[in-house]
Amino acid sequence: MENHSILTNVNINLIQYYSIAFSIFFLLFIIELVRRKKIREEYSIIWIIIGFVFLFFSIFRNALNILASNLGIAYVPMALLLILIVGVFLILVQFSTVISKLTEQNKKIIQDNALLQFEIDELKKEFDKSKTTKVNK
Amino acid sequence: MNKKILVIIPAYNEESNILKVITQLKEHLPDANLLVVNDGSTDNTLKIAKDSNLAYIINLKQNLGIGGAVQTGFKFALKYNYDIALQFDGDGQHNYMEISKLTSPILGNKADVVIGSRFLDKNGFQSTFTRRIGIKIFEIINSIIIRQKISDNTSGFRAYNRSAIEFLASNYPQDYPEPEAIILLGKRKFKIVEVAVNMHERSGGQSSIAGLQSAYYMIKVILSILITSIRRG
Repeated sequence: MENHSILTNVNINLIQYYSIAFSIFFLLFIIELVRRKKIREEYSIIWIIIGFVFLFFSIFRNALNILASNLGIAYVPMALLLILIVGVFLILVQFSTVISKLTEQNKKIIQDNALLQFEIDELKKEFDKSKTTKVNK
Repeated sequence: MNKKILVIIPAYNEESNILKVITQLKEHLPDANLLVVNDGSTDNTLKIAKDSNLAYIINLKQNLGIGGAVQTGFKFALKYNYDIALQFDGDGQHNYMEISKLTSPILGNKADVVIGSRFLDKNGFQSTFTRRIGIKIFEIINSIIIRQKISDNTSGFRAYNRSAIEFLASNYPQDYPEPEAIILLGKRKFKIVEVAVNMHERSGGQSSIAGLQSAYYMIKVILSILITSIRRG
């Protein structure tokens, strides 16, 4: 019974204020990172979308209930978790594609660098040879 | 006109084998050029190969794996206009006496790609039982996809003509490339021929595939083969 009385004293608007504040803070944080070029614009898009989705559900609390009932989710907080997981998945898939691209570019640079080094060494050898023959003359 | 031949020797930490390999190759094939691709070795491979003065040296600053190293060899062959590129492993598994078996179908315009197979005549080192199972699986998958039976998909003893060099210089898989390369080449309608060769058990150094890695190897290669087979173009 005591627990119940504690629960009734909770101001359920509080979590809404916190989540709105957090969403805004999160969005500002991402934008600041982009502004300082710590994140490239193209990689910030998914983060910014996630930020706005959170902001949306913080402001319109009922939206989460509507979403849950439309998806057939009985326990509403699970809908929130689902949104979160989808966002994280998208980000991780993007990371995989970026890493793959970087690996490919990195391989090409290492190969071309080695081929250029070979060419330079050969040119150097030829140059040294032509220098010594001139001196001998 | 004589065909320009390049022998590509990928080498990763092969200090105990590399000198013997290139010395024998040079003696046996005085007209061919040797190219050692040092794949970021942490031992003396680079110095030993350089000091021998028998081969061109390409030095990859980071380890790329066998595929990345061999592809560098194809890029080299393309850049300096070689007609034939041979892949010859730096670990002493392959027999330099058998190189002419690989080049002659190309010289006679009978093939674009020649693979030295351990399993056509069952002589010499046949690999371990578990590896042969893996190789058999590749044989089945690959023969379904390219409709040609290749008995030794993992063999790294191969010869390529100019058009194959051009293709592979920009399309070669990075790790565990051998079975996948066959699919790539087969799908592009390159003519692949196998010839029987003997292989030795490696005389030193480490195989690139061992222990738990072999399970990963099988999964990765089969996945790559299947993806390659459904990829367009």
